Amino acid sequence: MSTKTQTVRHDDANEPNEKIVLRVSDLRVLTNAGDEILHGVDFALSRGEILGLVGESGSGKTTAGLACMGHFREGLKFGSGSVSIWPRGEATAVEVGDLDEVAVRELRGSRIAYIPQDPALSLNPAMRVGEQIREVLDIHGFGSSEKERTDRVAEVLVDVGLPGDRSYQKRWPHQLSGGQQQRIGIAMAFAMFPDVLILDEPTTGLDVSTQSVVLDTIRQMTVANNVAGLYITHDLAVIKDISDRVAVMLRGNLVEEGPVSAVLEDPQHEYTQMLMAAVPDLAGRKTIGDGAAEEKKPSETDGETHILVSTGEPGGPGESGDSGTDGDARDGAAASAGDSVASAGERDGGAASANAPLLEAKDIALAYGKAQILDGINLVLEPGECTMLLGESGSGKTTLSQCVAGLNDDYSGSVRLRGTELARSTRKRTNEQRVGIQYVFQSPFSSLNPRRSIGQSLTVPLEMSGEGTAASRKAAVEEALDSVRLGRSFYHRRPGDLSGGERQRAAIARALVNAPSVMVCDEITSALDVSVQASIVGLLRTLRAERQLAMLFVTHNIALSRHIADNLAVLNKGKIVDYGPTASVLENPTHEYTRALISDVPKF
Amino acid sequence: MFGKVIGKRLLFSAFILLAVSLLVFGATLLLPGDAARAILGQQATPERIAALNEQLGLNDPAWLRYLHWLGGLFVGDFGTSSASGGPVSALLGDRIGASFILMAVAAVISVPLGIGLGVYQALHRGGRRDQTMTGISLVLASMPEFVIGIGLVALFATSVFQILPAVTLAPPGEPVWNRPEQLILPTLTLVLVVTPYIVRMMRATMIEVLDSGFVEMARLKGVPEKRVILRHAVPHALGPVAQVVAIQLAWLAGGVVVVEFLFRYPGLGQALIDAVTYRDVQVVQAISMLVAAVYVVVNLAADVVGILTNPKLRSAA
Repeated sequence: MSTKTQTVRHDDANEPNEKIVLRVSDLRVLTNAGDEILHGVDFALSRGEILGLVGESGSGKTTAGLACMGHFREGLKFGSGSVSIWPRGEATAVEVGDLDEVAVRELRGSRIAYIPQDPALSLNPAMRVGEQIREVLDIHGFGSSEKERTDRVAEVLVDVGLPGDRSYQKRWPHQLSGGQQQRIGIAMAFAMFPDVLILDEPTTGLDVSTQSVVLDTIRQMTVANNVAGLYITHDLAVIKDISDRVAVMLRGNLVEEGPVSAVLEDPQHEYTQMLMAAVPDLAGRKTIGDGAAEEKKPSETDGETHILVSTGEPGGPGESGDSGTDGDARDGAAASAGDSVASAGERDGGAASANAPLLEAKDIALAYGKAQILDGINLVLEPGECTMLLGESGSGKTTLSQCVAGLNDDYSGSVRLRGTELARSTRKRTNEQRVGIQYVFQSPFSSLNPRRSIGQSLTVPLEMSGEGTAASRKAAVEEALDSVRLGRSFYHRRPGDLSGGERQRAAIARALVNAPSVMVCDEITSALDVSVQASIVGLLRTLRAERQLAMLFVTHNIALSRHIADNLAVLNKGKIVDYGPTASVLENPTHEYTRALISDVPKF
Repeated sequence: MFGKVIGKRLLFSAFILLAVSLLVFGATLLLPGDAARAILGQQATPERIAALNEQLGLNDPAWLRYLHWLGGLFVGDFGTSSASGGPVSALLGDRIGASFILMAVAAVISVPLGIGLGVYQALHRGGRRDQTMTGISLVLASMPEFVIGIGLVALFATSVFQILPAVTLAPPGEPVWNRPEQLILPTLTLVLVVTPYIVRMMRATMIEVLDSGFVEMARLKGVPEKRVILRHAVPHALGPVAQVVAIQLAWLAGGVVVVEFLFRYPGLGQALIDAVTYRDVQVVQAISMLVAAVYVVVNLAADVVGILTNPKLRSAA
């Protein structure tokens, strides 16, 4: 089954030349069942250059990277093709596929090194960090003496910007921060002066500022050691920042390859163009996810990674017309959306004061022991408004949103909904108050019960609020599914059959069934690919317009700010350091931290 | 840091033992019957019963007797056996040794065997050997110890082969280890009961660890497979398995009762059954406390292993 597609090449740097250190040609990888995962991939890595390999989850980029090292994950096996390496100081190429186990092992870690995605999982938690670096040197017989190896450990630690002293080497991985752990991983990879480096999304789990430090380290080390790098990521901004060339993967095929500037500025392949359109930019010059509020129907086809093509004609039975523009998007969900706005208005009138803000958080503070997690937070949210709560991990942004939603009742201060102070815990809030604020969680993979159909999961909030009959609940659920552009056909499907983007839409629909006035979105796009993220952002924009929904959008991704938020609140160490309309915060940041965040964003 | 954690656990263990002693003592108070009458028989005169009660201190209030008994435990005085009239410690001395031998040999065989087989299965998961072993361990795990014991007796001592003694041959007073062949069947029974659980748990945790990122990373560093398994994978799997091993070893302390009875083995189990038959309250109390102590010590050891294999617990706790 050969479904190899022609790769769009921007130049001929892949033709054999003396700079090439590793060359992959017509690489095919199969599952144990015999299905082809990679359909003949060709690329070459040159000394001192980094090739970025981009693609969505499931596109086979990690498989390709690991195949360069002769490693195949459980359930996968080598199909055909070749991986050749030209190690330093050797005239002839080594064919990885032809080597026996021992020879491959000698290659790994010494000539070709790997930097993994999640340093927290990839460092052995029961081994001191110095020992883990030392292990590489011992196995590959670095130098000629114990002393030389000991010195090399200290040296490479200093190279990656960590202290190389004994006491630091004696630390355990859990005593280091994420960025430090990743730098240990980098040190481990560079310890043997490798020729080739495979970097598998090494900054994905890190904050923007940590990411920029780690990228700097990687760039310096690659240049200083004259290494050829393969940088696997789904983040085009990072690619632009770090790599010299880029290759785009789509479902096991390499669709486009060339120098970064050529590919990103003048994408030839339809998929690359779509990817580029989906990347959020800090300047907000383009509109991401426009016309993409509906996900392209994957159901009838193969259910694999689906791409969003923004010109996709809406045609499914459950879809409600083109929702790209606000005006004509109303027809499908118009009636109910109108209802919810009206009823919100009624409730408003009945509540404490007519001109109180929809949601107001005042002097929210929370401390666990000596650790002050939140410190005097004030936030205001009006109907139809979206406030982005921006912060790094550990800034307290999730804690704050949980306090607002009543999932965390340890806080002091007050949360008011339409002027009425809410009880701390959801249990003590009235039904109406609970319905008013709905929460969408970060990972759509764990927030939906895999044993329940989407319909069942979405009915739960209605049952909890005790409204309506079984028939009216079903109608409400179907209407919610329509409004997130999934369609009624998803009612009986289970989360396992859905893609990440579809699951997150279902999770949003679950928050919508009770027609809330405030929706708290806790990092809802960070587990998703960039094109799916764009479509979710597009959906949220539409929902705000349709339903006058107020949103608290929690994220660490500042690049999204202009695409979704009216107001921006920057949270640092439990305090809001900058707060105001998005544009003014971005243009005139008052706090040091905000300025640092803005400058750390990989520029596009 | 580490010492502090262990100290805390030790203190907690002591507290548990104290609580157990209260329960054991309370439970024996509730037992029906009169110890003095049980000793002297139905024909005893009221005067003699009163005199014996006086002699055994049974007229004192319960709390005083408890304190007296508890104080005795600390100096190794388990009281006087009402059945034999001698001190309990003398009565149990040999028995403890005999049972200890049985348990220790069973533990020394089954723990490494279980861990080894579990690792082996995890490395060959999904293969035919793995499936066969999983089947066998499931069958063994679902059989009670007396069934296994009787099966072994039928196989090796009576019906099929007559190569091993079916019961303990040593006359009272002779140490059991003078005739090692009589230890084989009881030990084998215990091993077959205990090992399957360890194997199954080890296999499960090992599979999880083998799938983890740091094992893949170790392979990609070029670490030889043997070292990947022994240095990177196994230590992580040991933590959870230590808990299961502890439960199994603690079970041994109670499980020997049935096995010893089956093989007429002169250990604690036999002593416990005799003591219950003769209403020998002091002996029952002493054995209950010993079994409880084994439980506590073994679980403490498991916690220590868990802490040792996880530096996070070591430095954070």
